[in-house]
Amino acid sequence: MLCVAVKKRRGNFSLDACFELPTPGVVALFGRSGCGKTTLVNVIAGLLDPDSGRVALDDVVLLDTERRICLPPERRRIGYVFQDARLFPHLSVAANLKYGERRAPARRYVSLDAVAGLLDLGPLMDRRTHQLSGGERQRVAIGRALLSQPRLLLLDEPLASLDAARRDEVLPYLETLRDQLHVPMVYVSHDFDEVLRLATCIVLMESGKTIAQGGVGEMSLNKDLRSIIGADAVGAIVDGTVLGTDPSSGLMRVRVGRGELKVQAATAAVGAKLRVQLLARDLIVATQAPRNLSVRNTLSAVVTAVTDDDADSDLIAMDIGETLIMARVTKAASRELGLAPGLPVWALVKSVSLRSHAFAAPPAIAAPPAISPGSPGA
Amino acid sequence: MMWLSPSESEALSLSLSVAARSVALSLPLAILLAWLLTRRRFLGHTLLDAFVHLPLVLPPVVVGYLLLMLFGTRGPIGSWLDRVLGVQLIFTRNGAALATAVMAFPLMVRAMRISLETVDRGLEEAARTLGAGPIDRFATITLPLMLPGVLAGAITAFSASLGEFGAVITFVSNIPGETRTLPLALYSALQTPDGDAAAARLAVISLLLGLGGLLLSEWFARRVRRLLGR
Repeated sequence: MLCVAVKKRRGNFSLDACFELPTPGVVALFGRSGCGKTTLVNVIAGLLDPDSGRVALDDVVLLDTERRICLPPERRRIGYVFQDARLFPHLSVAANLKYGERRAPARRYVSLDAVAGLLDLGPLMDRRTHQLSGGERQRVAIGRALLSQPRLLLLDEPLASLDAARRDEVLPYLETLRDQLHVPMVYVSHDFDEVLRLATCIVLMESGKTIAQGGVGEMSLNKDLRSIIGADAVGAIVDGTVLGTDPSSGLMRVRVGRGELKVQAATAAVGAKLRVQLLARDLIVATQAPRNLSVRNTLSAVVTAVTDDDADSDLIAMDIGETLIMARVTKAASRELGLAPGLPVWALVKSVSLRSHAFAAPPAIAAPPAISPGSPGA
Repeated sequence: MMWLSPSESEALSLSLSVAARSVALSLPLAILLAWLLTRRRFLGHTLLDAFVHLPLVLPPVVVGYLLLMLFGTRGPIGSWLDRVLGVQLIFTRNGAALATAVMAFPLMVRAMRISLETVDRGLEEAARTLGAGPIDRFATITLPLMLPGVLAGAITAFSASLGEFGAVITFVSNIPGETRTLPLALYSALQTPDGDAAAARLAVISLLLGLGGLLLSEWFARRVRRLLGR
């Protein structure tokens, strides 16, 4: 468990952050540019001292201003992947990777060979850092941080300086770290797609303050988050379980809540987790069982809340079995159908809207790694 | 060298030896001061900065005189050195090295500071998060990255040491074979009847050494730039 509660004033800006991350897991610090995400990450790393507060990782207190504890960054064993990679220009790729490894405690959970394998760094080893592409630089930076055997990995917008193609090149590697090494990560981003792909929980920040936090599914319907990502991106994030392949259509059958969706996705094993996004604008609400429709996916649901979205439309929150989804309907339709909490309805999901949003969801509870990255410092 | 008289080649080799000692003496201290003045803010920062630069604005004779007062056999430091370590600086080549070191010191520190200011502190922060303590960080990141400035400073100081006249002649006098470096030999040659040819030869040597130093410095700078891919 990572516990952070810190305060820092700096001119007009004030940071007042408080969050917890169950480990292993990936917490996304999400918010608009300039809301203090990087400042918060620097405080966790120890590169910036807060005015007051406490940072603890499992049973190791890294900072406690009341007890006058403040470990310097070099003794915190927190890996940091900077937005601009910060590779050492006078060293080769191999020497960069070994820099942290050489200074790590004797008990290691990941080796140079393993990291080189996971991140495909083998062909880059003998290069100088200025001969690397943007994506390669970030992969080396991630590898270098990992090899310092960190108890926690901080990633400050590691993909922000990359174009879309490079981003897609690096993202799978980050998923690998999460799913295979189970390194706890704090991931800073203002790109919601990245967050959806990597995070297990989201901490929402606004002008220096943490304003909301929770699991990705629960946070996906948060009002403040909606205002940041924009109306078109609003929708429930649901982590479903793969049931199998539908023989007639070839689509993947995924259990979400009590219902079932057919999703076009790369083959996944039965029982695997699949994260799907149900955009509010792609859901249709019916008060009677729909028949003779082209829409393939229908979920039976119960309305839990009707809230104002804008002048013309309402957002309808619905329960599909311990899982909430959300639809946007016009106010007129909402009134005519008499949508109100407690009303049983059917939610119609256009299959196509799921395709590009089917992500491999992180495991709910990860198996502990062979040697835990959480072993306290040397 | 065939065309130099024994006393002239003696002056040349003495000059090189004095300049080498001078650079070796001042290099570590210059790195420390460059780092202090660039990276630390402390009480007396401005005063220390001014003190380091003093030899640039003082007449060299004054520097030589002050050294004489401090390091002479009866000076507070000179007498201590003599008594405890048995080291005499006055009228020796080590004394000449000290005088040239003091005179070239501001040039050396300045070159290093300029270089240190271009070192990205983000890289030092990255090294910190990878577990490197202060000295470790300095030795493995900061120093290698400021190396162009260290080399440039050393070469400039070496060249300046070869040419220092006023402070040397005031502090350690003009003793053939011990403290008569190139400029002092040149000066002596001019004082001698028929010394014109010798003076011209010494001047040519000084010119070649200076030019060589500048070219060497440029070559180093290019090599380092290529190494860092800039």
